Amino acid sequence: MSVVDTRTRLPGVLRLGLARTGYEVRTFFRERDAVVFIFAYPIIMLAIFATVFGQDGATVGPEPGIPFAQYFLPGMVATGVMLSSFQQLAISIAVERDDGGLKRLHGTPLPPAAYFLGKTGEVLATSLIQTALLLAAAALLFDVPLPTTATAWATFAWVFVLGTAAGTLAGVAFSSVPRSGKSASAVVTPVVLVLQFISGVFFVFQDLPTWMQQVASVFPLKWMAQGMRSVFLPPSAEAWEVSGSWQHGATAVVLLVWAVGALVVGIRTFRWQRRDDG
Amino acid sequence: MPDAVEVVGLRKAYGEKRAVDGLDLHVAHGEVVAILGPNGAGKTTTVEILEGYRSRDGGDVRVLGQDPQTGGRDWRSRLGIVLQTNNDLAEATVAELVHHFARFFPDPRDPDEVIAAVGLQEKVRTRARQLSGGQRRRLDVALGIVGRPELLFLDEPTTGFDPQARRSFWDLVEALADGGTTILLTTHYLEEAERLADRVLVVRDGQVVAEGTPADLGGRTARQAVVRWTQDGQTREVRTDTPTQVVVELTGTFGGEVPGLQVLRPTLEDVYLSLIDGGTS
Repeated sequence: MSVVDTRTRLPGVLRLGLARTGYEVRTFFRERDAVVFIFAYPIIMLAIFATVFGQDGATVGPEPGIPFAQYFLPGMVATGVMLSSFQQLAISIAVERDDGGLKRLHGTPLPPAAYFLGKTGEVLATSLIQTALLLAAAALLFDVPLPTTATAWATFAWVFVLGTAAGTLAGVAFSSVPRSGKSASAVVTPVVLVLQFISGVFFVFQDLPTWMQQVASVFPLKWMAQGMRSVFLPPSAEAWEVSGSWQHGATAVVLLVWAVGALVVGIRTFRWQRRDDG
Repeated sequence: MPDAVEVVGLRKAYGEKRAVDGLDLHVAHGEVVAILGPNGAGKTTTVEILEGYRSRDGGDVRVLGQDPQTGGRDWRSRLGIVLQTNNDLAEATVAELVHHFARFFPDPRDPDEVIAAVGLQEKVRTRARQLSGGQRRRLDVALGIVGRPELLFLDEPTTGFDPQARRSFWDLVEALADGGTTILLTTHYLEEAERLADRVLVVRDGQVVAEGTPADLGGRTARQAVVRWTQDGQTREVRTDTPTQVVVELTGTFGGEVPGLQVLRPTLEDVYLSLIDGGTS
């Protein structure tokens, strides 16, 4: 029909994804409390743990020992990625669903893929900034040596990307769990907190009871932290790992399985409206 | 050309409650139709089925020639939707939002013109959370019309407005209608339906109980005048199509002034109230 032909074509998904990313990043930085929390939390935690455990130059692990600030840095990097991907998205999407923002978008020709591209872009932008701040703080304030080899940074890159992907997709899927926007952070935050305690972020993973290590091994945070340890700890620390290895293969597999599994669950459970609406 | 909206025998139940129970509705292109009814009459359910937000249990629905259940992006790009209540999008400014939403559509209106049309040009840099209720609603309308919709849905657009804000909102909707936009609005304000709509449907318990232009609503009998006077200490009244004739006859009977004389025309409100009470009285 000529009516359709004379209309300009619908804008492309990628272009809209970019537009959404710009919008998401801009509005994210306006929620000052969330920004401060997400950016400062890993740095503050690193400062506290490094200071408390590292008093009088105490070290951890095999001879000659690893300073505590260096030991905790990889866990905090992993935690930061988890905060800005999983926690940020699970809460913000739950709030958008509750306040009608998702419903409004669904009433426009915006393709769902562009919405999720926008969220992914926002997560990438915030987690990159956050990680950079954390690394800078670790290097400048706690004299943590940063890796110098290309291999180490390549490992950092793929663990970071896979971890962000798993966290993002799991965050989208988990956003359907809180019953309202108000309860969202109360439901999501404890999940993240518990994982931090059992995944070798706040405690030395090797010191945890075996059953706790096994529970943690089901979830991505343990693998992200372990992958980051392989980047930021000296090679001598590999033998000290529970398995005696960095387990890069297993790390990649677990993170991928989480990403794919969360994608499948997310596609099946995602709702544009509250449960009590339609 | 088929109608913009064609609904036959629409049904939707929530558990035991039949929210929409055999509703028929037609909206021609360029027409402004109001669905009027009390809270819980099924107005929002009906409109949200037409918008593609809710599934239906039965009936035929065509909106711009499409079944809303299967309408894609092309179809959505021809609709404008203003939902009932919103407190989303809090941190973005008026200008950012209207410009951002314009990008979703293939042939949007100029965002700055839209902002001016809804009277928010003084508020372009204000974040949505800082707008008053009426300004917020104007922003909702701006986001609803920036895609140059052929068909605009307005779900209770002026609930909670002060009279001043309501009047200027009506001017805005009239301007859109004059520009050729087809509009389907729900409201529980009679005055709003009377002012804006070419045609009004009164809905009760999920069914259309009356339909017509605001002036004809309820039919001739419902619109008959009532002549009332006092005789032998009692109030008497007759319903009539020819009140002047009745008054002339009364004047003759009383030989002059008729005690307590009143000639009453039922307002739309009287008609409406008798319609929505119809089932219970």
